[in-house]
Amino acid sequence: MDSVANIILYFVVALIVVVFSVATVMTRKILRAATYLLFVLIGTSIFYFQLGYQFLGAVQIAVYAGGIMVLFVFAILLTHRPDEEVAYLRNHRRAIGATVSVLGGILLVLALLYMPLSHEANLMSCLDGSATISMKEIGKAFTGTEKFQYLLPFEAISILLLACIIGGVTVARKR
Amino acid sequence: MDLNMLWYLVPSVIMFVAGVYGFVTRKNMIALLISLELMLNSADLNFVIFNRFLYPGSMEGMVFTLFAIAIAAAETAIAIAIIVNIYRKLHSTEIDEVDKMKY
Amino acid sequence: MSVTLPILILAIPLFMFLLLGIGGVKMSRKLAGILGITALGAVAVISYYVAFTYFFSGDPLFIVEGVRQQYQVFDVTWLAFTDRMVVNIGFLLDPISAMMLVVITTISFMVHLYSWGYMEHEPGFQRYYAFLALFTFSMLGLVVATNIFQMYIFWELVGVSSYLLIGFFYKLPSAVSASKKAFIVTRFADLFMLIGILVLSYYVSNAPADGPLGSASAFNFQMLNNNAGVIANTVVGATFMGGSVLTWAMVLIFVGGMGKSAMLPLHIWLPDAMEGPTPVSALIHAATMVVAGVYLVARFFPLYCIVPDSLTFITIVGAITAFYAAVVACTQIDIKRVLAFSTISQIAFMMVSLGVAYNHPIEGVHYSGLGYMASMFHLFTHAMFKALLFLGAGALIHAVHSNDYTKMGGLRKYMPITHWTFLIGCLAIAGIPPFSGFFSKDEMLAAMYNNHWFWGAWMSMVAGLTAFYMFRIYYLIFWWEENPEYKKEGHKPHDAPWQMSVPLLILAAVSCVAGFIPFGEFVTYNGEPYHIHLETPVAVTSIVIALLAIGLATVMYAKKNPLPTKFKNAMPGLWKAAHHRFYWDEMYQFVTHKIIFNIICRSIAWFDRHVIDGTMNALAYVTNFFSVKIKGMQSGYVQAYVLWYFAGALVLAVITWICLI
Repeated sequence: MDSVANIILYFVVALIVVVFSVATVMTRKILRAATYLLFVLIGTSIFYFQLGYQFLGAVQIAVYAGGIMVLFVFAILLTHRPDEEVAYLRNHRRAIGATVSVLGGILLVLALLYMPLSHEANLMSCLDGSATISMKEIGKAFTGTEKFQYLLPFEAISILLLACIIGGVTVARKR
Repeated sequence: MDLNMLWYLVPSVIMFVAGVYGFVTRKNMIALLISLELMLNSADLNFVIFNRFLYPGSMEGMVFTLFAIAIAAAETAIAIAIIVNIYRKLHSTEIDEVDKMKY
Repeated sequence: MSVTLPILILAIPLFMFLLLGIGGVKMSRKLAGILGITALGAVAVISYYVAFTYFFSGDPLFIVEGVRQQYQVFDVTWLAFTDRMVVNIGFLLDPISAMMLVVITTISFMVHLYSWGYMEHEPGFQRYYAFLALFTFSMLGLVVATNIFQMYIFWELVGVSSYLLIGFFYKLPSAVSASKKAFIVTRFADLFMLIGILVLSYYVSNAPADGPLGSASAFNFQMLNNNAGVIANTVVGATFMGGSVLTWAMVLIFVGGMGKSAMLPLHIWLPDAMEGPTPVSALIHAATMVVAGVYLVARFFPLYCIVPDSLTFITIVGAITAFYAAVVACTQIDIKRVLAFSTISQIAFMMVSLGVAYNHPIEGVHYSGLGYMASMFHLFTHAMFKALLFLGAGALIHAVHSNDYTKMGGLRKYMPITHWTFLIGCLAIAGIPPFSGFFSKDEMLAAMYNNHWFWGAWMSMVAGLTAFYMFRIYYLIFWWEENPEYKKEGHKPHDAPWQMSVPLLILAAVSCVAGFIPFGEFVTYNGEPYHIHLETPVAVTSIVIALLAIGLATVMYAKKNPLPTKFKNAMPGLWKAAHHRFYWDEMYQFVTHKIIFNIICRSIAWFDRHVIDGTMNALAYVTNFFSVKIKGMQSGYVQAYVLWYFAGALVLAVITWICLI
């Protein structure tokens, strides 16, 4: 039995995530879609906090909500009039998309229900003991070369980001 | 009432199919990118959920999600740069205009 | 002996080939000529030194208790397939290879020098010298090969350089087709040789590993020749179509030699090869490359000795070829063709001499040595006087600008040096003492008489024919009736420049004295010295025959008279057939064009065009058809791709799930 506070928090956040996910793809105004996406991202970060990943939640807010969203908003404002309505594709394409998505969703949920592992542990038991991960552990994991340590991917990511900076500048600059 | 894995996975699934729907039906490239972010976010969430409920002792799911977020940021930046460039050329961000890659 | 000098013998010509072949375009003619001649001179000096060391130093490496040894100066592994199938590259010194080193470098040096005068005004002079260097390299590599495989490689290389040099005047269609003919015919023969090599090495490598053949290479000459008896025991019992496998292998290897040495019926390329520059004919198609077949048989001689059937085959082929070529040579008009057929005949002589050299039932080992030694001796003397004759013919062609004796006649007054040297060559080949040909031919005839009187009588007849046709051509060139053209101003023929005369004089001098070399002291089949003594009856008979033939030629051709025409008209059919070389070329033409091209190749071409090409076209058509049909799916709309992908993933998931439940 999980704590009542957790359950209430879960339902609130789940509701936010579901509603705004759907709203993101349904709205006709692109700036609103970006805003709804922001709410979904923040909801996800709250899930992270609830699952005991404080650092990850912070990163989610900082990078996604703080960084990527700003990029989106800038891009939208650069390329659209603020009150512009975004047209959908042809109707039959919408119907196909809706069918495939709903079918896929049903299938995935069914698969989840049949998955035996889904019902075993609850959040309470999983959060016991050494569930929270300290910054020290994360730092060690990213700077070591032992098993379950990730110095090489970490460096690779930094090179990727450098390449991305250069690439972004090169692609977007005026010639 | 227990908050087990299923409870967390269901919103993730809905987020994902919403992303698919948006990706398939939207015409605007930035809206496409937003849908893409939804799908990616759902995948990240799944990693973390599986990590927490199935392997509470380790942190590989979280690390993977961290990398995914970094890569997503990079990818979004490049994609937006491309979109801005296309807009500069075509004065439009409609995906239909960009079909030079067809056969 | 250090390794440096033998390596230099091979390396200098190769280097000159690369240098002149790559850098020749940038060089002046003079520089290229001087470079080529100097390099070949150096190689000749080194070869003389090596051969001299081998024969006279008395080093226990080379001679043990009077028996000359085979000595591998070096032998390095080049390709190792298995423990027993190892291909080496090396340098083998033994009597015949040392002798060949001397012959090749001498003739090659003479030809290099001669070409400087002869080819002076030809385009592609530098290329010519590059090819000469390539040929010299290949031929030297061939004779010093330590194993069959190395020999085969260089064997093909001499074929290539012969091809390149015959087709040197590549603007003449006749030269091009002659080079192609030479290459294809010899290559065809080499196919049999390769099969023979493979059969032989297969059985040798199957010998028990603990036997005397041990883990040695299946190709090595030393190993093969020193263990001939063991090999015979290994393959004993293995028969194919009535002959032992070893006989078949040796005969097949000999077929390769037949191709290179222009034995009947693979001789057709050699007369055509005269389309090449004359010095090339002297070097390749008279003195060195064409005797490669003889050398091959000599190299394998211990193996041939244990399968006498194959030696009988060699004898028969040689005897027929010698007679055929001699008859044809009597009726040719082109002086180079006469010399070419004479070459064929003389090489066949050497072949017969080798063929009769196996252990004679009555006389024992003694005569076994005689035939082999005589054959090698004749190879040596023939190389000298035939090169002399060819170079003389080159000087004549240079002066008269024609190959036909009909354009010559009465030249003795105009070209004294050529005249005298040519006469020496003719006397040598006719077998008149004291010129070199007499001694070697006498030894060969003695060996043949010792084997069977029939071979002796037959080859004596051929020797008579040889004297006849050589003096026929000699009289027709230098006597007969003076061509009225010479009286005209500017058409007066004259002796060649010094670059061409000096080789003639040197070779003539060698032809005069080479017969007195005690050859049996140096080159014998088992390394033990063999004391030459003239067989008086044989010698007298052959001198008498030669003199009679020369006398007949003198009567017929010394002065213009109607006798030759009478003879010609007396038997027109024979003359015509001989003049057309007994229609061998026409026969080949018929077989290749009418039978092979028309029947076999046509059907293969039909199959290729319709079935194979058809299959490929159908594949391409079907692919293209479906590609056009489905290319609409490649719409360029990313969303459509995602939709298909997602739908596909869902379907796969459903299928998997259904299978799992």
